[in-house]
Amino acid sequence: MKQMRDSEAAKQSSSDMSTTGRMDVAASLGSHGREIPETISNVVFGLDNVQVFYGDFQAVRDVSMQIGRNEITAFIGPSGCGKSTLLRSFNRMNDLIPGARVAGSLTYHGYDVYAPNVDPIEVRRRIGMVFQKPNVFPKSIYENVAYGPKVNKMKVNMDDLVEECLTRAALWDEVKDDLKKSAYALSGGQQQRLVIARCIAVKPDVILMDEPCASLDPIATAKVEDLMQELANDYTIVIVTHNMQQAARVSDRTAFFTADVDSAGVRHGRLVEYGPTRSIFTAPNDPRTEDYISGRFG
Amino acid sequence: MSTLAQATPAAADDNPLRQVKARNGEKVIKALLATAAAVSVATTFGIVISLLVPSITFFSEISITEFLFTTTWTPLFANPQYGVLPLIAGTFVITIIAISVAIPLGLGSAVYLSEFASSKVRRTVKPVLEVLEGVPTVVYGFFALEFMTQLILRPIFPGIQVFNALSAGLVMGIMIIPTVASLAEDAMSAVPGGLRDGAYALGATKRQTALRVVIPAALSGIVAAFVLGISRAIGETMVVTVAAGLMPNLTLNPFEGMQTMTSYIAAAASGDVSTGSIEYQSIFAVGLLLFVITFAMNALSIRLVRKYRQTYQ
Repeated sequence: MKQMRDSEAAKQSSSDMSTTGRMDVAASLGSHGREIPETISNVVFGLDNVQVFYGDFQAVRDVSMQIGRNEITAFIGPSGCGKSTLLRSFNRMNDLIPGARVAGSLTYHGYDVYAPNVDPIEVRRRIGMVFQKPNVFPKSIYENVAYGPKVNKMKVNMDDLVEECLTRAALWDEVKDDLKKSAYALSGGQQQRLVIARCIAVKPDVILMDEPCASLDPIATAKVEDLMQELANDYTIVIVTHNMQQAARVSDRTAFFTADVDSAGVRHGRLVEYGPTRSIFTAPNDPRTEDYISGRFG
Repeated sequence: MSTLAQATPAAADDNPLRQVKARNGEKVIKALLATAAAVSVATTFGIVISLLVPSITFFSEISITEFLFTTTWTPLFANPQYGVLPLIAGTFVITIIAISVAIPLGLGSAVYLSEFASSKVRRTVKPVLEVLEGVPTVVYGFFALEFMTQLILRPIFPGIQVFNALSAGLVMGIMIIPTVASLAEDAMSAVPGGLRDGAYALGATKRQTALRVVIPAALSGIVAAFVLGISRAIGETMVVTVAAGLMPNLTLNPFEGMQTMTSYIAAAASGDVSTGSIEYQSIFAVGLLLFVITFAMNALSIRLVRKYRQTYQ
């Protein structure tokens, strides 16, 4: 039943954004029926005045928010609003870009992610990431899942772990006879679920997803969204999406970002509004949020 | 439904689609480009024919078995013998020495440039590498003879001959490093950044990402770089002519002088063999053998590249 509703919703999501009104988006709310309190009691990420710079350019300004454990938090907003940049600062992926720098305080379970003695490798192992393009390695399906545990020298029964992760990623039944085949033989949607299996193989407790369905068709999107609901029982998920119906369907909380231009004419990303997804989509406080989710801009 | 007026065909003269333009420029360009492509194809055929014709005459005098399987190469002696094995051995030994230098150092510099160096270092070093590729090979030949043999190898191995395979091979290896490094670096740089991100996001280090994701993904290009390096080593002439001596010598001892297939061709062709003689035709027979070996290498590399090719998406 749920499966059907999600695929229906996914079909709807492929319809033209500009004609989609706020009520249509609101109609797809609450598919997972979890109660979301106003305040977050179990904080995984605490952001206080976070700024992200690329060299002298300040891409994200003054973000303060908390991400709750085992919740799905969606970041929405127009292109250039800094939502992906902010997401990549959670697991220090921005470190890999020369000149990128984070200021303010970003904590993970209370520990400063950017403290001088913190190892970014360890940060990334605990905070997994799934990207827009399914970036499977040019290896077999099995080796893709086993790569993370191998480089982290995890002492596990690899066959069991591969099976467990593929099962959790809802891919096992489709690939169990083809584990030695190249991952490139899989469809885009299967590849993205393989990437999720690869991600959970190193036992993270957070999964960051940067537009994970942007290159998938509606059916594959629905499968990944179902999977996210499943995974939220054990993982904290933060997803960046351009698709507002997706944010409405899958997320517990939504943060709306926008690209502001300051007095000097510099574009930068800002957090406009953050709250339970239901309130953001049905009763936004800020007129800019309302304009965005009703398709008046972006 | 609204009625649409049926388009009435205008008089043929008015038809806007029927303006015939000659566009001669297009034809000229196409012809020029086709000629450019044809030149290299025609040259290859020309080379094959110019090698085959004298070789056929050669092999009507000397059997292929004698050529390939006997062990004395003395075409210019009073009692000439045509066993090409000493030349093959010389080529083989020097090529092995050269690629044992060029492949590890070339791949190492490629990995450094592509995965570890800052973009500033890469922008400086890559052009320098490419300039090194342009140094004339005869310069490397004298570098091998005067510097490598005299100043480095002689003090370490006092018994080494003045002309020896080791110095020629080592210097040839150094000479080929830029070729291998540059091509391998191109292959690694072409690996999509998303694959690296995927590895880093799993907690992989730079080394683990380079060795276990980037190199396997770039393998076809890296293999192509190796094969090109090997082909250059087999075909290289000046370094061996200058530094390895010109004595056919059936040995695997790198401290001795050797003659390679290429240096025999260079020496015999610049000597005073008379055109049409069997000695003269032996140049082409050796040339044909060289051509067959490099052709086989290239065919093998194409197969390897196809086998390991990864498509990125």
